[in-house]
Amino acid sequence: MSASFLKCSALIGSALLASPALMAGEAVDFEFSGKVGYEARAFFNDALHAGQPGNSNSSVFVEPEFYWQWNNGDDSLTFVPYLRADEHDSRRSHADIRELAWIHVGDDWELRTGIRKVFWGVTEFQHLVDVINQTDSVEDTDGEDKLGQQMVNLSLVRDWGILDFYLMPGFRERTFAGTEGRLRGSLVVDTDNVSYESSAEENHLDTAIRWSHTVGDFDMGLYWFHGTNRDPVLTESGSNLLIHYEQMDQFGLDVQATIEDWLWKFETIYRDSTSDSYVALQGGFEYTFIGVMETAMDVGILLEYGWDSRGETNTVSAQDDLYLGARLTLNDAQSTEFLAGIGQDLDHSSYSLFVEASRRFGANWKVSLDARIFDTDESIDALYAVRKDDMMQLTVERYF
Amino acid sequence: MLRLPNKPIKTLLVSALLISAPLLATSTYAMTPEQRGLEISIEAKKRDIGWKDTETEMKMILRNKQGQESLREIRLKSLEQDDDGDKSLTVFDKPRDVKGTAFLSFSHIQEADDQWLYLPALKRVKRISSRNKSGPFMGSEFAFEDLTSFEVEKYNYKYLKDETINGLDAYVVEQYPTDKNSGYTRRVVWLDKEHYRVQKVDFYDRKNSLLKTLSFEEYNQYLGQYWRSHRSTMTNHQTGKSTTLVYSGYQFGVGLKDSDFNKNSLKRAR
Repeated sequence: MSASFLKCSALIGSALLASPALMAGEAVDFEFSGKVGYEARAFFNDALHAGQPGNSNSSVFVEPEFYWQWNNGDDSLTFVPYLRADEHDSRRSHADIRELAWIHVGDDWELRTGIRKVFWGVTEFQHLVDVINQTDSVEDTDGEDKLGQQMVNLSLVRDWGILDFYLMPGFRERTFAGTEGRLRGSLVVDTDNVSYESSAEENHLDTAIRWSHTVGDFDMGLYWFHGTNRDPVLTESGSNLLIHYEQMDQFGLDVQATIEDWLWKFETIYRDSTSDSYVALQGGFEYTFIGVMETAMDVGILLEYGWDSRGETNTVSAQDDLYLGARLTLNDAQSTEFLAGIGQDLDHSSYSLFVEASRRFGANWKVSLDARIFDTDESIDALYAVRKDDMMQLTVERYF
Repeated sequence: MLRLPNKPIKTLLVSALLISAPLLATSTYAMTPEQRGLEISIEAKKRDIGWKDTETEMKMILRNKQGQESLREIRLKSLEQDDDGDKSLTVFDKPRDVKGTAFLSFSHIQEADDQWLYLPALKRVKRISSRNKSGPFMGSEFAFEDLTSFEVEKYNYKYLKDETINGLDAYVVEQYPTDKNSGYTRRVVWLDKEHYRVQKVDFYDRKNSLLKTLSFEEYNQYLGQYWRSHRSTMTNHQTGKSTTLVYSGYQFGVGLKDSDFNKNSLKRAR
């Protein structure tokens, strides 16, 4: 974690503790919850890159949540620290503050101050428009784990939609696997050598404005983001990769049409930075068969297509890719679920496949079993570096 | 989020039904069983109008055939709408792995409901299809459609007979869902004559065999008018499983507003 992030956290923490309501000793509700977990990975093949460990890896993690609310719920404070300890990769052993935020609710507005996570978007296989938080990429390969982002967010509720303003003082660097980590490129990213386009470096004040609204069957969002590009430019230097973060402007649109059993989804972005300016889109549908074969089970079918104007480069994950998925929900007391998906590159023979299964045991345990398969013969494809990292992953979580 | 202006036709329909009810009552002898069933249902709905807003906590106890139990804890906020179905916000506390998951629903009398789900792990709000009426709610014996507010327009009716139930004189009325996505061909409902409270419901599946029975107990009256059952049990005759709902801490007139039912409130609901 950077010094500025820690400083920001300390500042928010002390400001909140000194807030008048808390000082006055008004009724404050406190709640403690969270989870601890164990994760085991088994890789099917020997490691491809120098320095990588054997074919198994264990890891433990903890994510407690502290929550206070006062002022009849109009004020709340949430604190969610996160810690993972990994058997092999010292960079995957890491700590983060996922959330440390004060939310104040007014009649038709909310002010959210602190470290938070914000999700934008509607599609399932790729999250193009989701731009606020940095990816915590050592967590998993799906890019859905995010680092906390420091921000002030004013949200206004109007008849014509919800308008959100974001001021983001300070930037979070992406996490990268170390030499001893699997699921990485052939070269290790040198996280000690980071350069920025902005002279303010990681202290650049990023801004964003987003409008979102529901009209009948349509839910939509439109935004402009101005600030540090969360995706770094990586350049080769000896046996390392150097990290450079550029400034960017990004415009994004997401739309979902919910029509009977069909969910139609579409996302698009235009990103403009010094080294690149491009358009990308992801769109498709999700259809659910309810109560298949006279049972309580639901089967969902997902189909999405991703396109990127930059075409084939190893930094683009979906330049002309088709995704197909199936979700089986048993709707039983243990919430048993299966999800399988495949992403196929239409320009050459390259695909990634995943299967996820999860079930609750007793009142407080959850067990997930995931498999991921990557296959490509093309050295230019983003998957080429992880072609020997097919794996099974078992996760056991205890909620408290 | 924000509700579109309602179609005036619906308003007219509801008003017409409400106004005509007392007129019909004066001429019961001339009514067909269908008219009688409709009249009883309109009166039941009429007695439950004007509660404005409520908050309550609910425990859901799921029991399988072997008697093993699992528990869900849920909090509910509801806001009555003058000319449409209710708005409601449902927050899950237990099981703990779904804690913080929240569900926002704008129910409509005839068109499909609008529904959003908030997934706290991803901080994601997802609009979901409301066509899934017949599916189980959280693995329980309650289908989604069993938990939505009663609206007169959702069924066609037929009065069957009078009968004594739970020591009370009751009307027995058959209800035929108008929505083709309903999991039922019909429901048979017992309403006590004095307060028009539902005492029991038999549910018949798509093959018209008896699927489930729902029994209501422990009715309390609020604001001198509105009756709420604090304990109800749904028994599935085909699987031997059952689910009991236990309500506590009912509050009326808590001052909920439309602004408590949008995507922002969904994200911070807990």
